[in-house]
Amino acid sequence: MADANSIVDLADRRREADQPHSLVVRFSPNNPLQLDAGVDFAPLQIAYQTYGALNAERSNAVLVCHALTGDQHVVNEHPVTGKPGWWETMVGPGRPIDTERYFVICPNVVGGCMGSSGPASTNPASGLPWGLDFPVVTVRDMVRAQAMLLDHLGIESLFAVAGGSMGGMQVLQWAASYPQRVFAALPIAASTRHSAQNIAFHEVGRQAVMADPEWRGGRYFAEGTNPRRGLAVARMGAHITYLSDAALHRKFGRRFQDRDNPTFSFDADFQVESYLRYQGITFVERFDANSYLYLTRAMDYFDLSADYDGAVANAFRGAPTRFCVISFTSDWLFPTSESRAIVHALNAAGARVSFAEITTDKGHDAFLLDEPELFAIVRGFLEGAAKARGLPAVKA
Amino acid sequence: MAEAARGPGGSRVDLLVVADMVERGARVLDVGCGDGELLRLLETRGVDGRGIELSREGVNECVAKGLAVIQGDADTDLADYPNDAFDFVILSQTLQATRQPRVVLEHMLRIGRHAIVSFPNFGHWNIRLQILLGGHMPRTDNLPYAWYETPNIHFCSIKDFVQLCYAVGARMDQAVALNAWGRQMRLKMPWWFWNLFGEQAVFLLSRRGPTA
Repeated sequence: MADANSIVDLADRRREADQPHSLVVRFSPNNPLQLDAGVDFAPLQIAYQTYGALNAERSNAVLVCHALTGDQHVVNEHPVTGKPGWWETMVGPGRPIDTERYFVICPNVVGGCMGSSGPASTNPASGLPWGLDFPVVTVRDMVRAQAMLLDHLGIESLFAVAGGSMGGMQVLQWAASYPQRVFAALPIAASTRHSAQNIAFHEVGRQAVMADPEWRGGRYFAEGTNPRRGLAVARMGAHITYLSDAALHRKFGRRFQDRDNPTFSFDADFQVESYLRYQGITFVERFDANSYLYLTRAMDYFDLSADYDGAVANAFRGAPTRFCVISFTSDWLFPTSESRAIVHALNAAGARVSFAEITTDKGHDAFLLDEPELFAIVRGFLEGAAKARGLPAVKA
Repeated sequence: MAEAARGPGGSRVDLLVVADMVERGARVLDVGCGDGELLRLLETRGVDGRGIELSREGVNECVAKGLAVIQGDADTDLADYPNDAFDFVILSQTLQATRQPRVVLEHMLRIGRHAIVSFPNFGHWNIRLQILLGGHMPRTDNLPYAWYETPNIHFCSIKDFVQLCYAVGARMDQAVALNAWGRQMRLKMPWWFWNLFGEQAVFLLSRRGPTA
């Protein structure tokens, strides 16, 4: 794309960050978000979507937490890409998280770029995007901001909190920070702490962004540049970690892209190369490079045990919450051993926990894909919890 | 299990015997809970039940039914539970498939106030006869596997199990034998009689604590 186009992209990005195509709550400067970094951040803005209806008792709210590159557009057309929502298989009328029965809320995380305060938002002091002046945020900060949103909406307690990957980290943080506000928790393909390998992958992605000369120390909005190449490379690398060797082999093998023989060049000869390039290009159209730095950082810092004297079990001691932990056999980014560690901690804390490992070759991304066993388990778990909570069944 | 005897309501008789030993409202861990039949039965009796199951299919079936079940192994995962976490820890038709039955039983008595163990009795006359006269490893309706593919690696007789209870310091609060038709043998009989004619046994145990 020409440079003129990328400047238009950036203007759109800024508009989406400040005036999103979403529900928005703008907190007053007197109501700051207290960050782990020691900063009181204000004014805080949270963009969110809701689906279904809150019942009179306000007891059927389900908070969906999105992953690193997700956003609040769970089951509606994405305002930037025009694509369907990211969890339409899981959420909606008649789906496992049934919007005929539950009131689903999904906020964009703090540090994101779809309308919640983040590095692409305008810093009121300068009139320019925050860029790297935005304070570093943590998963706990994201959850604190979500709690402020719920207070604003008048929802004292959540029937359930659900999410995969970084969303699953938020689920665990919710249960640890606000156990009395969470009746049921569904951390999927998650972990109580980001592993060294995952921090390493994130660092490669961040370095790719920062090595792009158009990144300009994070001031690309002001300078009219766009670090799209760096961000695309970061996405390509990360995308491999979301899949599995078996899935890549099944989808692409060593097949050539639109050709019968190698070109003896560095074109995208292989289908898998072409696929990754496409993933990179489409990602930069909808995501902010600085947001990518902040959110990967938040995941890296996540370590529940560090906040609770080195023992994750302490985070859940006496928790009234019922948990359903789910992992996937081919997920090597958040492998089953990580979910098992969550389960061990919950058992040691005496919490009510279910744990299922689902057989699939689709890797970490399986939580977003069509996995009938996943749907059956989530549906069954939520139905059991709804019965225990006394939520009425859906009228047939 | 092949065609297991079923009682009124369609539940397996051995599970009904186990369930009758559990107090209402108790906290229960069912180790090797299979497809969750016992947990469901207990749920109807107001019991707060959790399960551990080795097979992934069993676990996923249970969770989809809304039961609190985790995928795990009795031999390795009981160590993760704190002392006195449950009122009852149940091992139903699973003892003979564990690698270390004694360690498993000790953990059960540590985690729970009571342990309930049901197992097939290898001292049953039919099994004795198969070895004595047939000269081959026994196979019955309840134990249908050939020796080379059976998951059951630690068979015991009722007499053997009683000795294990002494060895681990368990108090036997109640013992029930089921005959070949799955009926409870109600008459008060000496151990040798049960050991010969009971096809299955169910024991309710508790820790022989200093105050007991």
